[in-house]
Amino acid sequence: MTCILETRSLNKEFGAVIAAKDLNVQINKGEVVGVIGSNGAGKTTFINMVTGYLKPTRGEILFNGKSIMGHSPRAITRAGMARSFQVAQLFPEMTVLDNLIVALAAAESARPSFLSPLRSDARIARAEEILKEFGVENYRDSLVTAVPQGARKLVDIAMALIGNPQMLLLDEPTSGVSMDEKTGLMDTVMNAVRQHGVTVLFVEHDMDVVERYVSRVLAFYSGEIIADGEPAAVLADQQVRDLVTGHRPTTKQGNGAS
Amino acid sequence: MRLDKTEISLGLVALACVLFGFVSPGWLIFLLTIALAKALVVQGVVMQMRSGLVSFGQGLFYCIGGYTVGMGGQFFGIHDAIAALSLGMFVAIVIAMLLGLLLTRYREIFFAMLSLAFSMILFGILVKSQELGSTDGFNVHDWTLFGWAPEAGAGSQHTVFTMTVVAGLIVAVLLHRYTKAGVGVICEAVRENEVRVEYLGLSPRWLLYGNYVAAAAVSALGGGLTALATGHVDPEMAYWTTSGEFVFIALLGGLGHVAAPFIAAIVFSFVRTYAIEFVPHTWQMILGFTLLAVIIFLPKGLWSLVSREKTGERA
Repeated sequence: MTCILETRSLNKEFGAVIAAKDLNVQINKGEVVGVIGSNGAGKTTFINMVTGYLKPTRGEILFNGKSIMGHSPRAITRAGMARSFQVAQLFPEMTVLDNLIVALAAAESARPSFLSPLRSDARIARAEEILKEFGVENYRDSLVTAVPQGARKLVDIAMALIGNPQMLLLDEPTSGVSMDEKTGLMDTVMNAVRQHGVTVLFVEHDMDVVERYVSRVLAFYSGEIIADGEPAAVLADQQVRDLVTGHRPTTKQGNGAS
Repeated sequence: MRLDKTEISLGLVALACVLFGFVSPGWLIFLLTIALAKALVVQGVVMQMRSGLVSFGQGLFYCIGGYTVGMGGQFFGIHDAIAALSLGMFVAIVIAMLLGLLLTRYREIFFAMLSLAFSMILFGILVKSQELGSTDGFNVHDWTLFGWAPEAGAGSQHTVFTMTVVAGLIVAVLLHRYTKAGVGVICEAVRENEVRVEYLGLSPRWLLYGNYVAAAAVSALGGGLTALATGHVDPEMAYWTTSGEFVFIALLGGLGHVAAPFIAAIVFSFVRTYAIEFVPHTWQMILGFTLLAVIIFLPKGLWSLVSREKTGERA
């Protein structure tokens, strides 16, 4: 399989605190990888480093075989790696439709027009298709602040996918979402991801979600990766059970929604 | 070029203003000319406010526009008003392109104070320049319009009023389109969530840079028209209180519509003129209370009165 993302001896130190220690990760094209770990384990730090939000202290990051160390978030996005956030990052004073239209315009060109209207008929039509694809068409004209958390997360992910990225990093896509909504949200996201043929890496605390959707799990603890493999094997690993998941009942085999 | 409803309305109001100019007294024409010219500077402030930045130094470009018009006539033989105004905008664009490289790295109070600092540097330079009249400034040379020299006094006043209305209309139409275009809308997105804009693959800094340069050009046009109207320029144009006045007018009008700065500038000019006339020692207090009332009762500025009326909303 072709490696799309590789990190070599990636380190991040905040003063005396080591947030990431010698992270060596290889993600292959088409994989859906789950990242698990307790709070402060270094999961979000890892995503933040890979997407250019944080500058690593040492190490190397390769995307499609090319170094992206020191690149800006926008350069990394343009290179084909998009992300969503733990707290949905939207434009709160705009409607859901306008959020998507801004994302569409950004995907079309890095240099937006000074005088051509942003709200063109073509963009509105495309944004409406995306609203339907993500099941949030009822919120078309609502300000995002008036939209439920689950729908906001979907809009956030939809915006990340609009640029047709090769890889998508999701930081806790189901956090703040009710238990009832989680499966629906993840099914919607995974359907969209499959349609776009995107490699996915997502941070998740809910082990049921992890087992259901991923083909591989990375378990983080104290800035290090303590296990890497198939979900069933990783979740059954004694060290992972002691340090990350706690002693859960027997794990199910991932049922391949991914 | 297809015009929308707003643009047609702006055109009709501009036409009404020009016609009104033929029947109104000279003092009113002069007051409106200055108000509309200042509104152009305020448009520059508003453009930046929409992107989340407050410039306390827009007087810099107001002054550059005014001094370029003045110096063009005095020292370089540029007497044509359009050429002088264009040169003023060009100089402002060049300077904004340089300063913008630094300023657009900063946000919030740091941007506000840095913009103020550059404006005060220009003030300091002009005050120390004996050739430019030091604190007194200098008079603007008689100007022409495509070779035609308007009569001194009322003729000149009426011509510059008409030019200001036409310039105001062109700027208003362009800004109306700009606020709905890619850069305009995404600048607002930068104000709301810069991180998301960056992760959409856009550079907030370069968007703000383009916006800053465009705002400088518009403000310089206002400065140039003021110089033509008053026939005089002085370093006060770059002083911090002048920049503060532009922010005041911007808050008074609100960000809701491209017409808001024009309305606010006219209201401001009338309130100030009459406050000075009737309570000469406390006119600043009157202005202060006016702003206080607007902030408390109309937090989105005077334009919210119009938009409420349109939507049927009541306070």
